[in-house]
Formats: sequence, C-alpha cells, structure tokens
Amino acid sequence: MNRMSGQSIELTPTGDDDRIARYAAAAIALSVAEAAIPLPLPGVKPGLANIITLVVLARYGWRDAVWVSLLRVVAGSLLIGQFLAPGFFLSLAGALASLAALGLAMHLPARAFGPVSQSLIAAFAHIAGQLIVARLWLVPHDGLFYLTPFFALAALLFGLANGLAAAKLLESAKPA
Amino acid sequence: MKPGDWVVLLGFALATAALAPVAFIGGAAEKAVVRRDGVVIAELPLTQARRIEVQGALGVSVIEVQPGRARIAADPGPRQYCVRQGWLTQPNAIAICAPSHISLSIAGRAASHDSLSY
Repeated sequence: MNRMSGQSIELTPTGDDDRIARYAAAAIALSVAEAAIPLPLPGVKPGLANIITLVVLARYGWRDAVWVSLLRVVAGSLLIGQFLAPGFFLSLAGALASLAALGLAMHLPARAFGPVSQSLIAAFAHIAGQLIVARLWLVPHDGLFYLTPFFALAALLFGLANGLAAAKLLESAKPA
Repeated sequence: MKPGDWVVLLGFALATAALAPVAFIGGAAEKAVVRRDGVVIAELPLTQARRIEVQGALGVSVIEVQPGRARIAADPGPRQYCVRQGWLTQPNAIAICAPSHISLSIAGRAASHDSLSY
C-alpha cells in the first residue's frame, strides 16, 4: 500500500520473471556454495554458476542468460559480503565479458558447436575481462600478466568441466 | 562433445600452452648490478659471459658473469664470504663483500615491483 497517495501498486510477476528468478536462485546457490571451497590463487574459481547461464542460454536465449548472470553476480556478492568490494567488480567485469562473448558464440552453427564451445569461449572471455579491469584499476602494473597462464589453465579446465555439465543437463532434461 | 567443440578445446589448449612460458619470465634474472658504497658502478647483462675487475676499498675484486648467473670470483677481503657464496641466479639475490665495500646483486625485469600482494 502506498499510504501517501492512497493508491496501491501491485507488481504481477510474469512467467518470464518467475523463470528467471528460479534459474538465478540456482546460480546464486552454486556461487555461494563455491565460495566455501578453498582455492590456491585468488580469483581462480570453478564458476559453477556458469552452468546455469549456459543452460538458460540454450533454452531461453541470450536476454534471459544476461538477467540470470547479472542477478547472480549482484545477489551472490550480497550473500558473500563482497558487494561493491574489488571482488565484486572483478566478477561483474568477467560476467559482462563472457556474456558479450556468449552473445557472439551462440551464433556458431549448433550442428558443430555445443555448450562446451560456448563454455570455453565464455571462460576465456571471463578471465580477459577480469585481467583488463584488474590491470586498469587494482594492480596497475604489467606484472599482473605473469599470472595469465594460471588463469588460462583454470579457464581451460573449468570451462571444459562446466561445458560438459551443461551439455549433460541439457541432454538429460529436455524442457517439455 | 560435438566436432566443433573439439576444435575449440584444442585451440584454447594450444593458446594456454603458448602462454605457459609467461609464468617463468617474470622472475627471470636479467642483469648483474655491481655497487661500491651503494653506488652502482657496473651493470652487466646476464646474456653473455664476461669478467670485470672493480676497484674496491681493499683492492681489486673480480666479478664474473655467465649467461643467467653471476658471482664474485675473487675479492681481497679477509673472510671471503662473498666469494664463497658462489653463483647468484635468482632476482634480488645479493653477495656483499663488506670489507671492500663491494656488492653484487641480480636485478630482475621489474626490480622496483617484486611483489604482487595487495
């Protein structure tokens, strides 16, 4: 109820909203669970939530994938206590870069290229976006790029794993 | 896995392999710096073998450089600590001949930034 004007405002969630919220919730749960895993190098994470992004991309298209991914970055960082901390901006940069790359990669012929390709492309776009933001803002020195091989290796392994997981999910649970 | 996926995987795997050497150049030793009383008197690139003699407080010290390493080959100091330290290979390694006021150190590519911690 809006007491000032005496009018009530009702927001009716559409089917789109429900669906996006559901997938975003799954992605947020994965990114929170993943925050509990100790990892050797700051910034290297499996990015399990990207499995959800890939599934949403394949089923509902790029617009929904953008929503789910950005909701996950914002809400996930709120839950972990990283909102507006450096890690949040790195996540955001990575997410935006990989969404842009996915927007292009989704137009690859589906006959030859599946979720694994998209996942790998997104993972490498993710580290590229993060490295650029980190270089420009957090660590303004080229020494940062000495870490590139480690990030690339992580992107290769986790990109492959997430892509395979997404492919498996899409294969086993085709939407009605 | 579709055929194109293998191509993409292979491409990124090759790119990652190509990046691997970057991990090792960061700390690569690049030049030997010789100082007397803290003042740089010689900078020798660690790419070619050389032997130079420098005048210290007690007499002549001999600095020897070989590709990737450097040492103080001879020094007139009484205890010979810097000579016995042998070859220096790591960036920021240093051998100090205190009696003759001579030091030899290895400078890496980014001498002023040797840490990425923040």
